Amino acid sequence: MALDALESEAIHIFREAVAAARNPVLMYSVGKDSSVLLHLARKAFHPGPLPFPLLHIDTTFKFRDMYAHRARMVTETGARVIAHTNQAGIAAGLSPFVHGSSHWTDVMKTEALKQALDAHAFDIAIGGARRDEEASRAKERVCSFRAAGHRWDPKRQRPELWDLYNLRMHDDESVRVFPISNWTELDIWRYIEREQISVVPLYFAALRPVVRRSGTWIMVDDDRLPLEPGEVPEQRLVRFRTLGCYPLSGAIESPAATVADIIAETAAAAASERQGRLIDSDQPASMEKKKREGYF
Amino acid sequence: MPDLLRLLTCGSVDDGKSTLLGRMLYETRSIFEDQLSALERDTRRYGTQGERLDLALLVDGLQAEREQGITIDVAYRFFSTARRRFIVADTPGHEQYTRNMTTGASTADLAIILVDARKGLLTQTRRHTRIVAMMGIRHVVLAVNKMDLVGYDQGVFDAIAREYAEWATPCGFAEVVALPLSALEGDGVVEPSPHMPWFTGPTLLGHLEAVDVSATADTGPLRLPVQMVLRPDADFRGFAGRVAAGVLRPGDPITVLPSGVEATVRALPAFGGDRAEARTGDSVLVQLDREVDVSRGDVLTTAGAPTGVADQFEARVLWLGHADLVAGRRYLFKLHTREARATITAIRHRVDLNTGAALSAQHLALNDIGVVTLSVSQPMPFEPYSTNRTMGGGVLIDPVTFDTVGAVLIDFALRRSGNLHWHPSPITRDDRRALMQQRACCVWFTGLSGSGKSTIAHALEQRLHADGRFTYVLDGDNVRHGLNRDLGFTEAARVENIRRVAEVARLMVDAGLVVIVAFISPFRADRAMARSLFADGEFVEVFVDTPLDECERRDPKGLYQKARAGTLPNFTGIDSPYEAPEAPEIRLETTAMAVDACVDCVRTRLP
Repeated sequence: MALDALESEAIHIFREAVAAARNPVLMYSVGKDSSVLLHLARKAFHPGPLPFPLLHIDTTFKFRDMYAHRARMVTETGARVIAHTNQAGIAAGLSPFVHGSSHWTDVMKTEALKQALDAHAFDIAIGGARRDEEASRAKERVCSFRAAGHRWDPKRQRPELWDLYNLRMHDDESVRVFPISNWTELDIWRYIEREQISVVPLYFAALRPVVRRSGTWIMVDDDRLPLEPGEVPEQRLVRFRTLGCYPLSGAIESPAATVADIIAETAAAAASERQGRLIDSDQPASMEKKKREGYF
Repeated sequence: MPDLLRLLTCGSVDDGKSTLLGRMLYETRSIFEDQLSALERDTRRYGTQGERLDLALLVDGLQAEREQGITIDVAYRFFSTARRRFIVADTPGHEQYTRNMTTGASTADLAIILVDARKGLLTQTRRHTRIVAMMGIRHVVLAVNKMDLVGYDQGVFDAIAREYAEWATPCGFAEVVALPLSALEGDGVVEPSPHMPWFTGPTLLGHLEAVDVSATADTGPLRLPVQMVLRPDADFRGFAGRVAAGVLRPGDPITVLPSGVEATVRALPAFGGDRAEARTGDSVLVQLDREVDVSRGDVLTTAGAPTGVADQFEARVLWLGHADLVAGRRYLFKLHTREARATITAIRHRVDLNTGAALSAQHLALNDIGVVTLSVSQPMPFEPYSTNRTMGGGVLIDPVTFDTVGAVLIDFALRRSGNLHWHPSPITRDDRRALMQQRACCVWFTGLSGSGKSTIAHALEQRLHADGRFTYVLDGDNVRHGLNRDLGFTEAARVENIRRVAEVARLMVDAGLVVIVAFISPFRADRAMARSLFADGEFVEVFVDTPLDECERRDPKGLYQKARAGTLPNFTGIDSPYEAPEAPEIRLETTAMAVDACVDCVRTRLP
């Protein structure tokens, strides 16, 4: 029952966003939340086509499995994907190994997203953020207003009453809309199970080549990962709770090989899903800071 | 019983709301190890509880809040037990953030109102209780917190619980449950308190798991506001929306509002197969059995059980804007999926949040609650807020900044209400035109006092009369002697003055006359409203463009002299603005044209 209510709420939000938008876009990161979001979007506008393209901010360091999954979803749904990479970052020779997660994320994700939104003049960007993910997300509105330059000012957010969304905006403003704000990680997995939504295989346990970095397991997804002297990748039974750039996404040791396993494991979990994310804790109140600057 | 409970915590600042919520998260094991270690780190940096874990830091997420030690925005928190899943809105206690509390209250079914056992009921306790009641929350928990600081004294608890129960009776809650606890020590939150054996009621969590807040909206008639029309190809037309009340099945006869068109539900198509039914809260797609005109903002209702349709309402308003609400000012109004222009026509009174008394008010400031009358530019299907939150809860939007500036809770429709219908006459406008052999229209003269409006208007009428046309002049001063003698010269009264004259002019045009209106009508928005009442080409705006110093020199009624002397307040051009037309049909420069020339100029431009 709770899943039905969450699904109906999300579909309602999708339809309000599209009804109000001049030029909407779905921010698609290929992860499990994006997969659920894409599924909800198909339901919201069935039997019509998706009324927006998918925007994938490609840092060029995503897992290979993610690129493969993206290609599968394009075939399956007929969605139009806009993949955008910050070419200035590439030209400057930026590397997640050399320049630190904070700077890397700033240039290759935050800046890249702003570039793409500006280039296509998207006014409403729909994303898969959830309030249970992180402390400053817990305060996020369903419809989050961004002033000129995509800036998020927590004190200027509009009161959001009932399920009534005021999506009026001026030309230089934009809105990020989060249809799955009220979902938890467990809801996501239960919905994936119920709806049989296909997700990137990296969420399921398998023997993968990993090295120990900053207290977590980093997968050696290709030969760009510099190994320390004497360091040898080892095969471990690991899986990922969240996916991003592979050098910045930590795996957990887990035997959970099916969605049902993951649900059981998540329900009993003693650590939050973002623990493997190196970018959340690289500065004090770091997520809030990134959001003020325009991070998704 | 629902397995998802939405609630909010509220109360005065420092009553321990964030600590209580942090405690519930902690005790239901909803805090993960890495969040706990972050909490330990944060406690050392920001904590206010010495060596102990400062549980409030779990929910005070924003950096600014940590630094100020208060909650400035609504935080949504999630936890679950074996029996239920909970979404908690943790809302601010400071008065200036009441609007955020309203946000939290609007989606909640239950409110936890905290009081500090040492302080008892405070202004904010009463204010928040009134907001909770107004927002339609039926279940309240009075959490008497910090019992550890009053020695777990039953007398203190009983006195507060009794005082609150008496005070809150007029709020009409379905249930008020008072619970003694200490969020800091954990007494009475998840486990019964060993320090309060005298209390035999449930723990807070025990009560939240068991309380029945189920609504009965499924049993009423269908209310489905249409969000959008999906037409992927020429053969398919579906209406998308979320059911605000009732049940919908294929074969059900429905009425579309406000048009009143009837149809039957053919199917409820969905991804993966058609649905057999949809209930309150479900997002659906509806296919009807025939081609009917339905668009966003229309409401599908059970045939024979329509909602009211009205364009004038009495409503409660919670003001959320930084600039005051003033009667006569224009806003955008959004109700379910329909948006219209709106004017607050009058502020009936302001509600004193401590006593509930009705106070007279000229304006409403941020966080004020008042009762107002509201006029909107188009008829809207609605129900009272107390009947249905979706059909009766709207927001006012500033037309310039687009900020959400007011929450509107409709109580009932006024005047041209859902029970009044425009009675179609068998004699049409064309019939009258044929008989009178003239085309009706409204000539609207606007300009400063003393600009020459009345002089030109009456000269025009004489000329048209001589031409054999049926005419009538509505002159500002004359109408204020009768129809509008109850109106003064405040901004709000001027708006109403123009509205009435425009409506009279419309009736006269409908009757076939050439209506000549001579009113200062200083506000662009009001003239736009007047224009909107007429068909294209039927409204001729004439700007009598005479400079202020020339009007003041003429001063035919001695009014400028009085205004300059300060004995005539709100005088247009002196201490009240005149907004010149941007694109009038005709502009008359009276300093360069004689009256006859002005009359000719208008006469040749009439339809």
